[in-house]
Parts: sequence; C-alpha cells; structure tokens
Amino acid sequence: MTLELATTQGQTLTDSGIENSPLAIRGLTVSYGQKPAVFSVDMTVQPGAMTAIIGPNGAGKSTLLKAALGIVKPLSGQVQVFGLPLEHQRARIAYVPQRASIDWDFPTRVIDVVLMGLYRELGLLRRIRGGHRKRAMECLARVGMQDFAKRQIGQLSGGQQQRVFLARALAQAADIYLLDEPFAGVDAATEKAIISVLKSLRAEGKTVVVVHHDLATVADYFDNVFLINTRKIAEGPVAEAFTADTLQAAYGGRLATAQVDQLARALG
Amino acid sequence: MLWDALSLQLGYNATLVAIGATLLGIAAGVTGTFLFLRKRALVSDAVSHATLPGVGLAFIVMVALGGDGRNLIGLLAGSALSATAGLMCLSWLTRRTRLAEDAAIGAVLSVFFGFGIVLLTVIQTMGSGRQAGLEGFLLGSTAGMLFSDAMIIAIGGALTLAVILLLRRPMTLVAFDPEFAVARGVPVHRVDLAMMGLVMAVTVVGLKIVGLILIVALLIIPPVAARFWSERSDRVVLLAGVFGGLSGYVGAAISASAPNLPTGPIIVLVGFALFAVSLLLAPGRGVLAAVLRHLRFQRRVHLRQGLLALAQGHPIYERLTLRLLRRAGLARADGVATDEGRARAAKALRDERRWEIVRGDLAHEAAAALYDGLRDIETVLTRDQISEIDRRIGGPQEVRA
Repeated sequence: MTLELATTQGQTLTDSGIENSPLAIRGLTVSYGQKPAVFSVDMTVQPGAMTAIIGPNGAGKSTLLKAALGIVKPLSGQVQVFGLPLEHQRARIAYVPQRASIDWDFPTRVIDVVLMGLYRELGLLRRIRGGHRKRAMECLARVGMQDFAKRQIGQLSGGQQQRVFLARALAQAADIYLLDEPFAGVDAATEKAIISVLKSLRAEGKTVVVVHHDLATVADYFDNVFLINTRKIAEGPVAEAFTADTLQAAYGGRLATAQVDQLARALG
Repeated sequence: MLWDALSLQLGYNATLVAIGATLLGIAAGVTGTFLFLRKRALVSDAVSHATLPGVGLAFIVMVALGGDGRNLIGLLAGSALSATAGLMCLSWLTRRTRLAEDAAIGAVLSVFFGFGIVLLTVIQTMGSGRQAGLEGFLLGSTAGMLFSDAMIIAIGGALTLAVILLLRRPMTLVAFDPEFAVARGVPVHRVDLAMMGLVMAVTVVGLKIVGLILIVALLIIPPVAARFWSERSDRVVLLAGVFGGLSGYVGAAISASAPNLPTGPIIVLVGFALFAVSLLLAPGRGVLAAVLRHLRFQRRVHLRQGLLALAQGHPIYERLTLRLLRRAGLARADGVATDEGRARAAKALRDERRWEIVRGDLAHEAAAALYDGLRDIETVLTRDQISEIDRRIGGPQEVRA
C-alpha cells in the first residue's frame, strides 16, 4: 500500500515506524469552530510501552485521543493502527472515557457495564452465556471490583466507577488501551489499582496511552511522554522528552519556575 | 360489563380494538424505553405531530387520483413520509445550527401541526372531504375499526419488536455511553436514526387507536413507570412492554364497557394509573419506600447515637432517642442503661473501632463501601474476618458504663 499524502511536516505516511506502530498519527488537525484544538500533530506510539500525553488545560490532549478513536472528526490528517486505517482495527483498540460524560443513574449494574465490552464480540443476537459472565468477573477481579458486580453503577464512588470502566476495556482483550484522564479525581486506592493493571498490560506486551495531568508521577508511571500544546512539543522516552526545557515550552508561563526546577531535579 | 370486555366477550369490534391496543401498547412501551434512556423522549412528540400534514396531503392526493381518500394504508404512508420530513428538519436543526434540541422540537412540532390543521380545514370544505373523518387521527377513533386495521397494527408492532431485538445492544450502548460506542465502531448516528424510525413506526401504527396527540404518552409513560421497578435496562424494557400492553388492554376494555368513553385517552389514563402506582409503591425508587426508608434510617441513627452515648456515659437529651432506647428495653425512663443496654452499648462502641480498621484497609474495600455508621459489622464480614480485626485492635476494650 503506498500512501502519498504528505503532511505539513513534509513526512509521508510511508515513513519509518508507522507500519509497526500500534498507533500512528500524521498531520492531524482538529478544530472546534475556527480555532484548532490540535494542529498538524504527528505521533508515533511505541509498542509494548506506556505513554503519557501531557500538556496544560485546553492543550488538546483529550481531543487528540478522541480523534485517534474517530470520536471527533479531524479536519485533516490520518490515523493508523498497526499500519492499517482505524476502521479495520476497531477490535484492537480499547477506550476508557472520562467519567464526567456518563449518566450515573442509568439502569445498569456493574457487571452489565463490563459485558458492554463484549458487545462487539457478541454481535447483535448471540446470547450472553456463563462463559462471558465469567470473563467479565475476571476483568472485575483484576481491578479489585468483583464484590461490586451486582450493584447499580450510581452507587459506586468515582474511583470505583473509573475501575469498572477499565474492566470494561479489559473485557475487550484489545492490543492497545487509550485512557482519558483515568486518575482525575480518584482516590489513592483506585490510582494504585489502575496503575498496577496498566503495568500488567505492558508486561503482556500491550500498548497503553494515557492522557495524564499529574506531572509529579510521570517519571514513575510511564516509559514515554508526548507533550502537546495544540502543536506537538516533544515525543520520546521520559528521560529525553520530559525535561525542564520541553515542559517550559509546553506550559509556558503556566508552570511556576520553582515547579519546573523541582521536576527537573526529580528527574535528575 | 367491564368483565365482559376484559374477557373479550363484548363483540367483534371491541375485541379487535382490545387486541390492537394491547399490541400497540407493547410495541410503544418497548420502543419508548430506548428513547427514554437516550433522553430524547420529547422527540417522539415532534414526530407524532409531524404526521398530520402527511395524513391531509395523502387524502388530497388520493382523491385527486380518483380513489377513496380514506384508504388507511395510503393515509399511514403519507403520515410516515411527513413524519420523516419532520425528523429530518429536527435532525438538521440540531446538527447544523446552534439551536438546542428542545427549541428545535418546539419549532418543528408546532409548524407541522399547524400546517396539518390547515390542510384538514381545507379538506373539510372539499366536496368529498366532509365525511373523511380525518379528525379521528388527532385523538384516535376506534368505532369503525376493521380487521385489516388490526392486522396493520399487529404486523407493524411485530416488525418493530423484531428490529428492537436486533438493535437492543447498540441502542443500549449508545444511550449509556455514546463516545465509547463510537470508539467501538458502532455507527451512533445510524442507530439514532433507526431508533427514530421505530418511534415513527409506532406512531403511525398507533394513529388509528390513540391518535397523534396522545401517542407520546404511550411511548413515555410505560418506560418511566417501569424504571421505578428495576435497575437493569433489559428488565426496564420488558416491564415497559408489559405496562404498555396492560394499559392498552385494560384501557380498551374500559372504553368498550361504557358508551361514549374515548379509547385513546382512557388507555393513556390507565397508563398513568400504572405510573402512579409505581411512583408510590415501587420498592427502592418509589416514594413510599423512600419515606419509610428515611424514617427507619432516622430511628437507627437515634438508637445508635443513644447506644454510643450510653457506652461513653454521655447524657442523652433527644426525646426520640430516649423513647427508642426505652421501648427497646435498653434504658430506663431516667436515661440510665439497663443490663442489656450496657451490653449493646459496649458492642456498639467496639463495632466503631472495628469499622475504623475496616475502612482504613484496602482489602476490605467492598465492605467499607457499605459503611453507614449503623450497620452491625457481622452483616458484612465473616466471623474469621472480625476476629482478625479484633486481634489488630488488641484485647477487649474496657467500657465505662
């Protein structure tokens, strides 16, 4: 397959890495109205690693993720998953959305939410059987929520809801996991549970991409970072791309100098 | 008389109407649930009002072509076409302009309905229009219902249910979490269109019995009544079908059992009665259950506070607390604990300490989530777990009486 579309960076889609990358984005621009939220961004996610998408509020982090999933329509640019267009690879991507977008009074139990992760596999008519329920329970157990299976989702705390969503993503048995701010407003127990599940996914060779806002934990949790502020600022291993300079470039004056220094010291 | 009607012994027409109304109610209740879960219940109101110009235009066209303007299939086809036009207007307004859906619904509903009324008035003045009886489509008219009319409802209802069986998963997913649905490759827009198509089918099929003004009630009331009884969407769907069918059947029977009772409005009122019963009596979400729960909870809080006060030797000022303690034989009239009261108080204090441990320990997270400051710890933990916790607390606590 020859792809001739050239991006603004002058690279073509046949460039290195794209065939092997679990998620490759080229020349992506997304705009709400006349103001681009993401402008001409290239991203090449490394396989079997954990990548954090980092940037200030309104920098287009979530938009980038949603465009990668086809939830928002880009003005231009391409997304490829394992070298093929997104449409052919839906089954290989799992997504954990932000909690805020959900009606928690919806009549559904925890186990039903996890089973939604299997809908694609179940198709339109196949019945849900014991085997499916068992798999859903295993996914709940991985996030420590097996005792909550029968509760209505609105009865859970925010962190527990987030873990149920992660369990739903696990049920898909995908190869790449995209999470939108999974640590926003959750308790310490949830953060621990989520990060340990993500690390175990990495150990299985899966790829994990997380929109993340807590700069202090980046070096602890992630292998790679992708810094964005409408445009791409830096991309690469934490040691190279997550530096005082790139942070300054991404956050500008929004990050106090003391904060940057502190992070830089923490990074050595 | 009513019994005769309920057992379908009130003649041919009444039986046809009862069967038709039941099938319509089932289809409307089931379809309406997905609409309700998607939070677009009012769209059905716009769809139903948008059928009217189609009815009028179809009549005029059929008469102009030299046919019988009252052919039901023709009229329903016309109503489906204009409902589609209304839906497209609505969809365009909300997607392409900044108009919010509620405003767009108001605009589409009133304009289409107004146009329909104009057409009906024009038809009244036409020579062949006087006997058209098109006003029957406003509130339904079952007097002259034919076997073929009932068949149309049966077939339409069955097709609707078949499509819902096929689309129940995508429709549930889209209603619960549309973004996740897109990410999974579910064509959300097309699922929404299909849902609207179903609503339109129910509306068109229901024109003859309930009429376009009240069909929205049959789409919305059964689901909201059903919602009171279950926390599971699949059960809400089934129950809404049952409620809808029951409304149709009982409503048709009541209206047949007395002269001059309009079928459609009676069906809606029966649906409302089911809703009122659900609202009041449903366990869990019902109003009565909520009040009782609150009162019971208040008593438990007072009793617990009283016990803890006894355990720590604090005075009790609340009258309700004292009365509850006295009635349970835990305290004397002067507020001094009885023997049993002392024992229970010591236990309450000890449970407090145990709960503290449980809530601070991640291994007990599910149990800790049940903590409400009142629950006996034995109801959430096994005896082994409790003795493990007691070991952590250390020897029996001294409790001052």
